[in-house]
Amino acid sequence: MLFGIEWDTSSGWAFAVSILPILLIGMWVTIQATVLGFFIALVVGLVWAALKAAPLKIISWPAAVVTEFLRDTPLLIQLFFLYYVLPEFGITLPAFMTGALALGLQYSAYTSEVYRAGIEAVAKGQHEAARALNLSGTRTFTHIVLPQAVPRIVPAMGNYLVSIMKDVPLLSVVTVLEMLNVARIIGDRTFNYLIPLSLVGAIYLIMTLVASSGVRLLDNWLPKQGIPLK
Amino acid sequence: MDWTQYLNPLMLGAWVTIELTIYSTVFGAILAFAAGIGKLAHNPLIRAISIGYIEIFRGTSLLVQLFWLYFALPVAGQAIGIDLRLPPVAAGVLALSLNIGAYGAEVVRGAIQSVSKDQYEAAKALNFTPRMTLWRVALPQSIPEMMPPFGNLAIQNLKDTALVSLISLSDLAFRAEQLRNFTQDSTTIYTLALLMYFGLALVLTAMMKLLERFVGRWRAGAR
Amino acid sequence: MTEEPIIKFDKVVKRFGDLTVLNELDFEVKKGEKVSIIGPSGSGKSTVLRILMTLEDINGGVVTVGGEPLWHEKAPDGSLKPASEAHLHKMRAQLGMVFQQFNLFPHMTVLRNITEAPVRVLGMSKKDAKDRAEELLDLVGLADQAQKYPHQLSGGQQQRVGIARALAMRPNILLFDEPTSALDPELVGEVLNVIGKLAEEHDLTMLLVTHEMRFAREVSDRVCFFDQGRIREEGAPEDLFTDPNEERTREFLQAVLDT
Repeated sequence: MLFGIEWDTSSGWAFAVSILPILLIGMWVTIQATVLGFFIALVVGLVWAALKAAPLKIISWPAAVVTEFLRDTPLLIQLFFLYYVLPEFGITLPAFMTGALALGLQYSAYTSEVYRAGIEAVAKGQHEAARALNLSGTRTFTHIVLPQAVPRIVPAMGNYLVSIMKDVPLLSVVTVLEMLNVARIIGDRTFNYLIPLSLVGAIYLIMTLVASSGVRLLDNWLPKQGIPLK
Repeated sequence: MDWTQYLNPLMLGAWVTIELTIYSTVFGAILAFAAGIGKLAHNPLIRAISIGYIEIFRGTSLLVQLFWLYFALPVAGQAIGIDLRLPPVAAGVLALSLNIGAYGAEVVRGAIQSVSKDQYEAAKALNFTPRMTLWRVALPQSIPEMMPPFGNLAIQNLKDTALVSLISLSDLAFRAEQLRNFTQDSTTIYTLALLMYFGLALVLTAMMKLLERFVGRWRAGAR
Repeated sequence: MTEEPIIKFDKVVKRFGDLTVLNELDFEVKKGEKVSIIGPSGSGKSTVLRILMTLEDINGGVVTVGGEPLWHEKAPDGSLKPASEAHLHKMRAQLGMVFQQFNLFPHMTVLRNITEAPVRVLGMSKKDAKDRAEELLDLVGLADQAQKYPHQLSGGQQQRVGIARALAMRPNILLFDEPTSALDPELVGEVLNVIGKLAEEHDLTMLLVTHEMRFAREVSDRVCFFDQGRIREEGAPEDLFTDPNEERTREFLQAVLDT
């Protein structure tokens, strides 16, 4: 029994059907971790992107090194680092938060690149036109560059959202009860790993399909030239 | 223990990590070419198998795949009476290869499809068979296109090897976790481990860049 | 005694979606003839060459090359059925093509570009192919460029390699699809010289789609003016260029020769 739900080991089918609700509870944790991790990645990534674009080398260079470091080292070790080291500095977060933070930090390195590429892709002519019209720097950014950059960055960000979702199972090593962890516990107790793990694989496939389709729909809905401003 | 004493066990682990990366990248590359070309094949069965493989291994989590191969496959084997228990090394390399092969297959397919239609027409005018055209005209031209994404995939693979520590393979991540358990000196050990992975990644990136230059030497702008 | 034409289009129809590009085209070329095809864009000129080179199929009619149907083969009961790849492969051996965009293999040296097909398709030995390639490079005036890669050559040089590459397969019929249209004006001459030399010295059948009117006039035995998927007018160059019969031909020539 897990989460108060009993499973039925009478037959393969019965077993599968009975553990499904348990796995779905795990799936809900997976979804929450994905969303939170993605949010952190979006925000922190923007910070890195801004720092890396700074004209002062003393600001941009460390930011570049940090993002390269985050990008080139395993999520697993980053996760362990946060989980074991943060408490030593007095910061004790619940495991779920630590997990989401690790996901967010790792992917912030990727999202910062997406921001940079998306903004750079907005043609230089746009900046020049804005300057010729004497628009201020901030207004140029928020009303000219950003609306045009958004449709470009959505597909890439969407792909990272799906990637984050596929990395959530790592959080099981710090005891977060996401879907894979739940399946493993069921397996440990019943010695039948095949059905729980296969179900998890299938649910993941479906989740990936749904998420990817959602990203594609959003991409199609956004006009290619940019968010329309009236 | 002072930190220099951590280096020895960590280095041993790093060596295993390097081996795992090499094996899985090589096998993964073979799978990537097989499935990438397979997805473009005329034979619908080959196409279906390639697409199935790519979608399944790209659509599910690597850790799930790893655990499935290590924990679930033996159970399936029991049911049909064959011993399908994989040693951790086999399960690890297999999972990593299958995973990176699926991502690589899309890179291969995209690169082959990016070869201009003109080249196929020139080959046809010279009476090349379709197979000859693929191997002698399309594939050689597509390889430089594949290199930058392959470089990224290689780094991703290096990072992914850390997951095999969870099925008790003595790689760098496993050794780090072992040491931490023993000494509780989390900060130093994990910092060292992170720095070592970072170093390995930088070396791998440099190697991939060299490879990129080597395969692209016939291109305009190559030095 | 009239010989069988080496190329025969018999009421050939070609459609691209809703657009009919060739409209029951009748067209013949005799063995060894040098024919220029001129006309406005979209008139179907390139399509004729592409159909011959088996790059496009046909929607109606019969194309015959060297006495045999190209896009059809004879079924056991004597009727015609659509050609199999094996049949196309056999027929293709008679034809060669020079492309507007040259389409050299960028990952191979000039020499390899020329030897690859003879070695792989004709089964020639590497040595024989190399000797032949060097002969051909000499013919097109590029003997010293054998080890260069295409991107290191000018457009005119690349096109000359393209001609050598097509010749290496010893085709009976050589098709030129606007061979100089993609070249800078200064480089057009060197390519036209090679084509002119070929026309003079060899009894190759040559089909040339071109906008170079003066060259077409010098080199051809016959000029065909294509318009809207049919041959509007054809004849000896002196006749067609100096005194065209059709109004449309006159219009076209005036517009083209004025520029």
